[in-house]
Amino acid sequence: MTENPERPSLEELDARLRAAREHQATRRRAGKSKQAEGQGGLGFALRIGSDLVAALIVGVGIGVLLDYWLGTKPWMLVLFFLFGAAAGFLNIFRRVAGYGLAAGYKKPETGSKDETLKDKK
Amino acid sequence: MASPLKQFEINPIIPLQIGGADVSFTNSALYMAIAAVLCAGFMIFGMRRGAIVPGRLQCAVELSYEFIANLLRDTVGSEGRKYFPFVFTIFMFVLFGNLLGMTPYSFTFTSHIIVTFAMAFVIFVGVTVLGFVKHGFHFFSFFVPPGTPLPLYPLLIPIEIISYLSRPISLSVRLFANMLAGHTLLKVIAGFVGLLGVFGILPLAFVVALTGLEVLIAFLQAYVFAILTCLYINDSLNLH
Repeated sequence: MTENPERPSLEELDARLRAAREHQATRRRAGKSKQAEGQGGLGFALRIGSDLVAALIVGVGIGVLLDYWLGTKPWMLVLFFLFGAAAGFLNIFRRVAGYGLAAGYKKPETGSKDETLKDKK
Repeated sequence: MASPLKQFEINPIIPLQIGGADVSFTNSALYMAIAAVLCAGFMIFGMRRGAIVPGRLQCAVELSYEFIANLLRDTVGSEGRKYFPFVFTIFMFVLFGNLLGMTPYSFTFTSHIIVTFAMAFVIFVGVTVLGFVKHGFHFFSFFVPPGTPLPLYPLLIPIEIISYLSRPISLSVRLFANMLAGHTLLKVIAGFVGLLGVFGILPLAFVVALTGLEVLIAFLQAYVFAILTCLYINDSLNLH
């Protein structure tokens, strides 16, 4: 590959460059969000477990702190445990459904996913 | 035999006290410095010639550059280009940290929650500040999913806030837990090699396979860390 005897002319190179750029642009338009969501099963699987647990940790942490400050011993913990669990499942749901991440999932660039979301409403 | 957790011990190399705080130069800090130097060396040395037809090292450098550039463009779009240095630095640092940990007798600094949490927290704060700078107080609409009926606000807003606050934790715990678990497992299984005598060949084969898996995980976790940084930046930039 490195020693090509006849060097391509500049026009040829230019055409090739343009073709490559077009190809890249179409590919980008076609699968903009595909890579963001998919990126292989293993990476996906590794991300999903910790999302559930992390939301629970935050929920329980907030609950314990609020109990400590307000003196409402178990109740805030119970409440925020449930909130945390809900947030965890919400994280997972959005990840699986392909809405990107956690809070504020609506993307301005409407891919096919967003359109189906709007249709449901 | 040494405990499988002994590899995670932090030992001061140059003990140092400043104002009562322990700021010793530890083995962890040493490996972080090595990772940073290796990253910089890799980039500088690889791009030293800047040949049109790249050599092997230059190819590797360009590959890693394009990998993150494509990642950023696919997730954030062209306006994400200014955040490239940040994402690339994070990616390379985590990747080199993970890979350095795979060399025998070395220390894996990404297996410490405080290291990964510090990085995740910087990302989290940075992304939040970015959201405020770009959108002002409109940023709070982040916590209200579009189309929510008013009576559900008190229920949904805490859930969304918890969901948002869980980002740095999930980001840091993922990297730390994978590294910690992988290296502990390697050590435990490797411990059987000597104990089982002739049959030690079995765990030895297993360790070889696991080492391959760990290298894969080292890459994958760096990748996940980078892609999540991109997604967070995207969330802050493109608010609904």
